Amino acid sequence: MSVAEAGIARRTVERASSGQKVKDLLFRAALLLSLGVGFLALGVLLVDVAADGASSLSWDFITNFPSRISPERSGVQSALVGTLLLMVTTAVFIVPVGVASAIYLEEYADRDRWWNRLIEVNIQNLAAVPSVVYGILGLAFIVRAPLSLGTVVLAGSLTLGLLVLPVVIVVGREAIRAVPSSIREGSLALGATHWQTIWKQTLPGALPGIATGVILALSRAIGETAPLLVIGAALFTRFNPNDITSDQFTALPLTILRFVTDADAEFKALGAAAILVLLAILVVMNAGAVYLRNRYEQKW
Amino acid sequence: MEASSPTTAGPPPGLIRQRTRRSVGEQVIKALLALAAVISVLTTTGIVVALIRDTVKFLQEVGVSDYLFGTEWTPLAGGDQQSFGVVPLIYDTLYLTAIGLLVAVPFGLGSAIYLSEYASPRFRRVVKPIIEVLAGVPTIVFGYFALTFVTPLLKDTLGIEVSTFNALSAGLVLGVLVLPTIATVADDALASVPQSLREGAFGLGASRMQVSMRVVFPAALSGVVAGIVLGASRAIGETVIILVAAGQLANLTIDPTEQMQNMAAFIAATSQADVSTQGTEGLTIFAVGATLFLITLVLNAISIRFVRKYRQVYE
Repeated sequence: MSVAEAGIARRTVERASSGQKVKDLLFRAALLLSLGVGFLALGVLLVDVAADGASSLSWDFITNFPSRISPERSGVQSALVGTLLLMVTTAVFIVPVGVASAIYLEEYADRDRWWNRLIEVNIQNLAAVPSVVYGILGLAFIVRAPLSLGTVVLAGSLTLGLLVLPVVIVVGREAIRAVPSSIREGSLALGATHWQTIWKQTLPGALPGIATGVILALSRAIGETAPLLVIGAALFTRFNPNDITSDQFTALPLTILRFVTDADAEFKALGAAAILVLLAILVVMNAGAVYLRNRYEQKW
Repeated sequence: MEASSPTTAGPPPGLIRQRTRRSVGEQVIKALLALAAVISVLTTTGIVVALIRDTVKFLQEVGVSDYLFGTEWTPLAGGDQQSFGVVPLIYDTLYLTAIGLLVAVPFGLGSAIYLSEYASPRFRRVVKPIIEVLAGVPTIVFGYFALTFVTPLLKDTLGIEVSTFNALSAGLVLGVLVLPTIATVADDALASVPQSLREGAFGLGASRMQVSMRVVFPAALSGVVAGIVLGASRAIGETVIILVAAGQLANLTIDPTEQMQNMAAFIAATSQADVSTQGTEGLTIFAVGATLFLITLVLNAISIRFVRKYRQVYE
């Protein structure tokens, strides 16, 4: 290559790259912009809800029962109690079933067997089923025969539990898998049985991860509206459910829906206030999950 | 998924002894655990049985072709006005999803490319969880936002003549809802492209944009598509945003300023309405539920297929 040829080649490369530089900069700006869209939406949403709802938020709003006629004396007590009862019952259902499923799939299941692969594919599919379809399942089998519970708190909890079970199983499996096999081998070498190893070594090591999964699952369940609508839960009640067999119960998202769809602007503002209560609960739950993960997570 | 190592399958063969009381206990525990895992299979079976049972009944009363090809969906109207053609409901569902994807695909993918190809590790560590927060906001909050913020914004500030309940604002907010799903799945796919491909392209003198668009993006395409399909399936099954902001009428129109209703919102609205559980009206929620279930099942199968494809290549 002669000196002149090399010069031409260098010049073309330089020109191409300076044009490319402008393009690159524009591209980068467009990417940042699209990232900004998500942030802007989140920001505007939070500011909008806070601006609409903050003035209605008071201790009375937490302790009063909802009212059809007077927005100023309306509150969310029955919705809060209903949600709390639903969540506790859901947790009692999903913790043992979810953790047991995760242990089975990670520690016992032989992947060469078709039924174990079926269970895995099935859990993957369940995670993508729309929540309203779980409502239909709850209506058809839990509210009506064969379980025939009627529209009670327990029916709502089981429906929500089935909905979020895949979350517990998937996160639980990851936590169990993260416990190194040397721990298991050490335990087995000392004469522990398979189950003793799981119970005394694997599970304690996986506990923070499992707890995070349970909180994640519950924070999904607490915001669900559609399944509870389909099984026929009330949009609001003027009294608290007594126990899990109460057939008159509501939950926070349902009462929010009732407030928000009211034509009266004052009730809409109550909807925003109730959303703030729900978001506050979610923030506390997620902070708990982050704390658990940071505080107890082991580095192996 | 392929990571279940042989050590998790039980003690080495040499250590297995004859049946003792201890080993019987072990078997009982294993059976109990397996039973718990079977609950998830029973859930699917339950969904399928519940849907099929009443859908068959419904189709016997209405007729398969009247349901699938009828263009009037007015199941709750009386007398001659009553009609069970599901086309408008499916059309509205897809229409709303399309508006959502028009927002979520470009901005979601843009966010993903920025996070995986441009952002510093520190920026990424802070920003990605915030995007995931957006995915954890209950959809009733998005419904409120669509009804009380986006609709007035379109009408009063932008001067678009939308009705109080309209497809446009519900669809736009639907886009905001699925944006984080698309962004995070696509980001995972882009990040799993081996560094050597990028270095090779840089070594040949490519700019960062050329590396992103011509090397990394095509290499991660199946994962990106999986994210989009997942987002679409979430948008198709969304209930509350549509219920609150889009209206209660399955409408065969191309005008996004009018009201619309998707399948999920119909199911929720109808189960709240006072409908006899034995009549054909009461059976509609099962037929529509079966249709919705089938659509999301197909989309999910496609998404799983795409995810497998990119896993096979790079892991």
